Amino acid sequence: MIRLPAPRRAASSRRAASSRRAASARRGGAGRPPLALLIPATAAAVFLLGPLVALLARAPWSRLPALLAQPAAGEALRLSLFAATLATLLCLVTGVPLAWLLAQPRLPGRSLLRALVVVPLVLPPVVGGVALLMLFGRRGLLGAPLEALTGLTIPFTAAAVVLAEAFVALPFLVLTVEGALRSADRRHEEAAATLGANRLTVFRRVTLPTALPGIAAGAVLAWARALGEFGATVTFAGSFPGRTQTMPIAVYLALESDPDAALALSAVLLAVSVLVLALLRDRWLVRP
Amino acid sequence: MTGALTSHLAVRRGERFDLDLRVDLTPGEVVALLGPNAAGKTTALRALAGLIRLRDGVIRLGDRTWDCPAERRFTPPHRRSVGVVFQDYLLFGHLTALENVAFGPRSRGVATRDARRLAAGWLDRVGLAHVARARPGALSGGQAQRVALARALAVDPDLLLLDEPLAALDAQTRVEVRAELRRHLAAYPGCALVVTHDPLDAMLLADRLIVVEQGRLVQQGDPAEVARRPRTRYVAKLVGLNLLHGRVGDPGSPGSGLGRVRLDGSDEVAVADVSGLSGEVLVAFRPAAVSLHRERPHGSPRNVWAGAVTSVEPHAGSVRVGVAGPAALTAEVSPAAVAELRLGPGEVVYVAVKAAEIDVYPA
Repeated sequence: MIRLPAPRRAASSRRAASSRRAASARRGGAGRPPLALLIPATAAAVFLLGPLVALLARAPWSRLPALLAQPAAGEALRLSLFAATLATLLCLVTGVPLAWLLAQPRLPGRSLLRALVVVPLVLPPVVGGVALLMLFGRRGLLGAPLEALTGLTIPFTAAAVVLAEAFVALPFLVLTVEGALRSADRRHEEAAATLGANRLTVFRRVTLPTALPGIAAGAVLAWARALGEFGATVTFAGSFPGRTQTMPIAVYLALESDPDAALALSAVLLAVSVLVLALLRDRWLVRP
Repeated sequence: MTGALTSHLAVRRGERFDLDLRVDLTPGEVVALLGPNAAGKTTALRALAGLIRLRDGVIRLGDRTWDCPAERRFTPPHRRSVGVVFQDYLLFGHLTALENVAFGPRSRGVATRDARRLAAGWLDRVGLAHVARARPGALSGGQAQRVALARALAVDPDLLLLDEPLAALDAQTRVEVRAELRRHLAAYPGCALVVTHDPLDAMLLADRLIVVEQGRLVQQGDPAEVARRPRTRYVAKLVGLNLLHGRVGDPGSPGSGLGRVRLDGSDEVAVADVSGLSGEVLVAFRPAAVSLHRERPHGSPRNVWAGAVTSVEPHAGSVRVGVAGPAALTAEVSPAAVAELRLGPGEVVYVAVKAAEIDVYPA
């Protein structure tokens, strides 16, 4: 028997309880949701939570500091943080203007542009990695001339890690920021224009500050996505320890050789996820 | 030196909205654009500010052309010398009051420090030096309104536009801010246009009224003239007069000037001073000039019409009674009279108006 959540405070007044009953009576529903919905819903919740509980239960807590202090783990952690942060900056610099463009009400070809932005969301990351190779690889469309001109190659370098992560993270930033720009009151921009501000000044001094919470949320989201990136990174950048081996790749490889190290790194990534959730709680958790 | 504004504003949006209005302003003059909701007042203001483009017509200020579709000329808002006070002020929430006021000068190339000094001066002039560091969220309605005014004036605009500047204020604040706004408008050397649906704001702030209904000018003139001789039912209602349409049939007996006006849509006539008038006329009189009777009255009141009571509503110590019939009108009578006559909706009454109380003027 599954119980409905009890009132938080047992001492809550009887009036509140009766008004709640009255409210549910007005809605015409009984107090309890139907079992046919409740059972699958519970199964879904357990399914989401179960693996995480198992991970936490099996993590080698006592040896955690020692495991993370291993040179390989430390390198993966540093590379991951560095690459994810750089990729997020790249996303911010290019993604905020792109989001602004998408939020313009009269932009021609907007739905096509938005479809392009969304592609990395639905594309298997490995395919994204292959596509990046085809563009930046040594025989790629841009990679070949780049190497001929400068001698630089991108694939299987730390730069490739950053590019792969930025590729998959960019849509998260763009869509979040676009939403923030769209919901902002456009009339403040009009007020700024009547005060003599040209469009760039309006963007810099009114639009951007207004959308700042949305931009921050988009950046956190993009950073979390970049930090967890696996498929595109391993395809485009490989897994050279210390150079391109990020945490998710290290976890995957360590699972065979050193399961405890894999668990320790996983616990760290889980902690980061919880932190991200905490940072974004106002946007996601308290939605009515 | 600021120039005069000449404009012919033609904007069409879909089937339902169509604005075609001429607005001319001279520097130093305050004009109120008065009209009901959705009459096109705000659209006219937005066109003048450059926030929407004209479909046809022209906007000229002095020797500059701001918008002229025929000549394919359009000056975007940030290159017009215009200051706008928006209805809900639209202060920038992330900036302090001082930075809000400094925003315009800074955007127009004034150095940051000079812009701040200028802004501080304007805040001082509207009596808000003490809230310079406050964010808009911490300001009262009246303070926010004055910051918005200071922000608009700080760019030293040739054209000042105010969209319902007092609508968001409570009654008490409104009285104070209105008096203050009037003082600032009097000191302002450029062209000023106040958009409002409130006749009191319009009468007290403006030197001239332009009344607009459904996108068209229906009346303009100085406030006293508009208040005395309304030209449409809307204006009559705003200024609290009864307005009827009619034709002067009988040129009037010589000497007295009294003559007969045949009221539209009925056989009834009104007797009033029609000297010098002929053809289509408007007939205006105050609700308080109307008396109500159960029996057809005899004696001095010459205008008596029968009608059915449609509404009975208290109105500041007296009672307003709506009467339908050949001459739909409102009568203002005492509560005692209502009780005595036992007035209720549907009751038939006789309406009497003294000839001397009726103003007749050309339609």
